[in-house]
Amino acid sequence: MSQQVSAQVPAKTANATKEKIVVRDLDFYYGDAHALKNISFGLQEGQVTAFIGPSGCGKSTLLRVLNRMYDLYPGQRAQGEVLLDGEDILSKNLDVNLLRSRVGMVFQKPTPFPMTIYDNIAFGVRLYEKLPKSEMDDRVKSALVRSALWGEVQDKLNASGLSLSGGQQQRLCIARTVAIKPEVILFDEPCSALDPISTAKIEELIDELAGDYTIAIVTHNMQQAARVSHYTAFMYLGELIEFNETKTVFTAPRDKRTQDYVTGRFG
Amino acid sequence: MVDHTVKSYDKELDTLERRIAEMGGIAEKMVIDSMDALANADTALAQQVIATDPRLDALQREIEDLAVMTIALRQPVAIDLRELIGAIRITGDLERIGDLAKNIGKRAMKLSGETRIPRAIVGLKHMNEVATELLKDVLDAYAQRDVDRARDVWARDVDLDALEDSIFRDLLTHMMEDPRNISFCAHLLFCSKNIERIGDHATNIAETVVYVATGESLPAERPHGGGDVGYDLEGMHDESSP
Repeated sequence: MSQQVSAQVPAKTANATKEKIVVRDLDFYYGDAHALKNISFGLQEGQVTAFIGPSGCGKSTLLRVLNRMYDLYPGQRAQGEVLLDGEDILSKNLDVNLLRSRVGMVFQKPTPFPMTIYDNIAFGVRLYEKLPKSEMDDRVKSALVRSALWGEVQDKLNASGLSLSGGQQQRLCIARTVAIKPEVILFDEPCSALDPISTAKIEELIDELAGDYTIAIVTHNMQQAARVSHYTAFMYLGELIEFNETKTVFTAPRDKRTQDYVTGRFG
Repeated sequence: MVDHTVKSYDKELDTLERRIAEMGGIAEKMVIDSMDALANADTALAQQVIATDPRLDALQREIEDLAVMTIALRQPVAIDLRELIGAIRITGDLERIGDLAKNIGKRAMKLSGETRIPRAIVGLKHMNEVATELLKDVLDAYAQRDVDRARDVWARDVDLDALEDSIFRDLLTHMMEDPRNISFCAHLLFCSKNIERIGDHATNIAETVVYVATGESLPAERPHGGGDVGYDLEGMHDESSP
C-alpha cells in the first residue's frame, strides 16, 4: 500500500532533452482580437507535446504560429519570440519556405493532392531538392515505410492519392511531411475525421516518429493526448494555463481549471 | 467541486461514496461488537458479528463492480480517477477489517466455555478502543477528504503497535504463572494480532485518503512502536495489507 504510486504508469515518461522550440511572451492577434496572451513554453526535442483545451482557446492558432502559417492571411500578427534552435522564426527576414521544410504540418482533414500516390510525396521533395530518379524512389519508399503505409500501397504507387481510404490518406499526408525530412512535425487534430482503427494506426505512427522528430499535436480527444504525449499543455481563452508532464496533467494536475477540464467539469 | 457536465457521472461517484460510508459504519460496529462479545462472553452478539460479515462482502463486490464500470464507461482522469482507485482500495481494507472482527467474534464463541481471566482482557479492550478510534477518525477523514486528519491517523498507529507489545508481555506473564491459562491467553494473543491488523488497515485507508485528495503518497516507512523492552518483537508488526 505504501509503495510509490507513480513508479510504473503507462503514460509516456517525459525525458527532458533540449528545447527544440522555445516560445517566449508570445501574443497573437486576428485583427483586433487578442487570440494568444503572453504564452511561454518549450518543446522538448524528440518528445511529443499535446495541446488541449476547449474550442477557441487558441491551440490551433498557436500551432499555426510555429510554422508561420498565419502569414498566408492578412491582418494576423504575432509578437514575442519563437526560437527554433535559437533562431527567431518570427523575424521578417526568415525564409518561410525553408522554415516550413523544417517544421512540417499535418491537418485535420487529409489533404492529398489530386495526383498519384508517388507524386503526392515526390511533389514536396522536388520543391526543395533535385534528386535523381533512383534516389527519389528511395525517398518515397522510406517515407511510406516510415508512415506505415508502404505495405498497403507498394503495388499501386501510380494510383491516385484520392483513391485511398481516409485513414490511408492521412498517413499519405504524414508520409509527404516526413519525406521532406523536417525536424518538427505539427499535427492539428490528425484523427478527428478517422475511425478508431485508423486513429490507432496514426497514434502508433506518432509513437514511432517520436525520438526522431519533435512533435506537437492539437487534439480534442483528451484520451488521445494522454496516450501519445510526453508533455501536455492546457490552454483556455488564449492563455496557457498549465504545461506539465502528461502523467501529472492526467493524474494530479496543478491548476484547478486543468482539473475541471480534463475531468469533464467544464460548464 | 463543480459538477460534471454529464450528471449521471456525478451520481455514480455519489453512490460509490455512500456505499463506502455504509461499509465503514458496518465495519466499525463489527469491531466494537466483537470485543464486547469477547469481554462479556456474549455468544449471541458474537453470532451477530459473524452473521454481519457477508453484508460487508456483498457491499465490497458492489463497490468494485460500480468502480470498474465507471472506469470503463467514463475513462476518468485526475481527481475522478483517484476517487475510483481510492474507492477500490478502501473497500478492500474495510472488507478485511470485517474479516478480522469476525475472527474475534469466532474466538469469543470458543472462549465462552473456558475459564476466564478478566484481568487479561482489560488491556485488549483498551487496544480495541484505540483501534476503533483510528477507524472512526480515518472514515471521517475520508468523508471530508481531510488530509491532516488522515496523516494524524497514520502517525497514531504507532500507539497500537506499542499496546500490542505490552499485551504480549502481559499475556506471557499469565501463561507462565499457570499453564491452565495458556489456552485462554493464546486465543487473546491472536485477538490482539487481529486488532493490530485492523489498525494497519486504518493506516492503509489514511494513505489512500491522502492519495485521493492530493495525488501524493505518504512515505513507504511508517513509524513503529514497542519492541524495545525485554522481548525481541522485531518483525512482529505487519505493516502491509494482505
